[in-house]
Amino acid sequence: MAQVITITSGKGGVGKTTTTANLSTALAMLGQRVVAIDVDIGLRNLDIVMGLENRIVYDLVDVVEGRCRLRQAMIKDKRLPDLYLIPAAQTRDKTAVSPADMIEVCRQLRTEFDFVLIDSPAGIEQGFKNAVAGADAVLIVTTPEVAAVRDADRIIGLVEAEEKGEPRLILNRLNASLVRKGEMLSVDDVREILAIPIIGIVPEDVHILTSTNRGVPVVLENRSPAGQAFLQIARRLLGEEVPLVVPEEPSLWERIASWVGRRGDGARE
Amino acid sequence: MDLVRSLLQRRPKSSAIAKERLQLVLVHDRGFSPQLLETLKSEIIAVISKYVEIDAEHMDVKITRSDRQDRLVADIPVRRYPLR
Repeated sequence: MAQVITITSGKGGVGKTTTTANLSTALAMLGQRVVAIDVDIGLRNLDIVMGLENRIVYDLVDVVEGRCRLRQAMIKDKRLPDLYLIPAAQTRDKTAVSPADMIEVCRQLRTEFDFVLIDSPAGIEQGFKNAVAGADAVLIVTTPEVAAVRDADRIIGLVEAEEKGEPRLILNRLNASLVRKGEMLSVDDVREILAIPIIGIVPEDVHILTSTNRGVPVVLENRSPAGQAFLQIARRLLGEEVPLVVPEEPSLWERIASWVGRRGDGARE
Repeated sequence: MDLVRSLLQRRPKSSAIAKERLQLVLVHDRGFSPQLLETLKSEIIAVISKYVEIDAEHMDVKITRSDRQDRLVADIPVRRYPLR
């Protein structure tokens, strides 16, 4: 039986889609059967972040409205054999799907997969309600910025009202050097304000941009600090005890190695 | 003099300001406005004053929170007990 996990945030642009793509990929790398669902109807993006945008034939709304079977809307990943994507519709809006539809889709997927990951739209309206309806657990993504933390607090209250258990937090885009200078909220600050368990801390990392440009989730690049952080979160989802590491500034040698590595990438292409 | 003082005085770090602002705004977001707190305060004064004389100027009523549990904390100095 699959675990259904929704990734949500309240505020847009904090990294929900990147998180969903990377956790799905990481879980599949760890041998799990995974399906990722994009519930952001009308503003789909999980397909392009995963590099599967050219393979879409049917989408979630086609399934819900009976134009295809669930299987037909599942796009197989290019790299990993047990990873699938169900894309959102691009031409409709969030009213095309209901919470009851999502519960039914999740019910059908539970028997065939180990994990169902749902990428929620930003906001607190129906799109959010659809995204959490079928979930067993909720992960909330925030960045260490006032607007994102404020919206995360609001979402935590709503998730608690939906009785989905205590949500867990992913603190994304932490910049260790800004935290050291006292110019960014620290892990402890965010933990104190939001007071929910933290399942992962993802450092700010230029590899996110470059790998998204290529349509390859960053977990597949072993040099990436963000990729390592996502892989650790996936292990924690599997129940492994992985200690939470607060990112530190890269040492001079690491910076040189990363610079040399990036030059190497360029030379190969 | 002012220039020297402003050079010596270190600006508070922006993360500390962010944290303080968030803690204040979140109490409000959760539905507890400063006006509501003021109303509550004056009603508490009215009720307690029926029994003891309190020092309303130095009373402190606030919302605190830890582990997602909000607490209404009231610190009310008693000035005098009524003589029986």
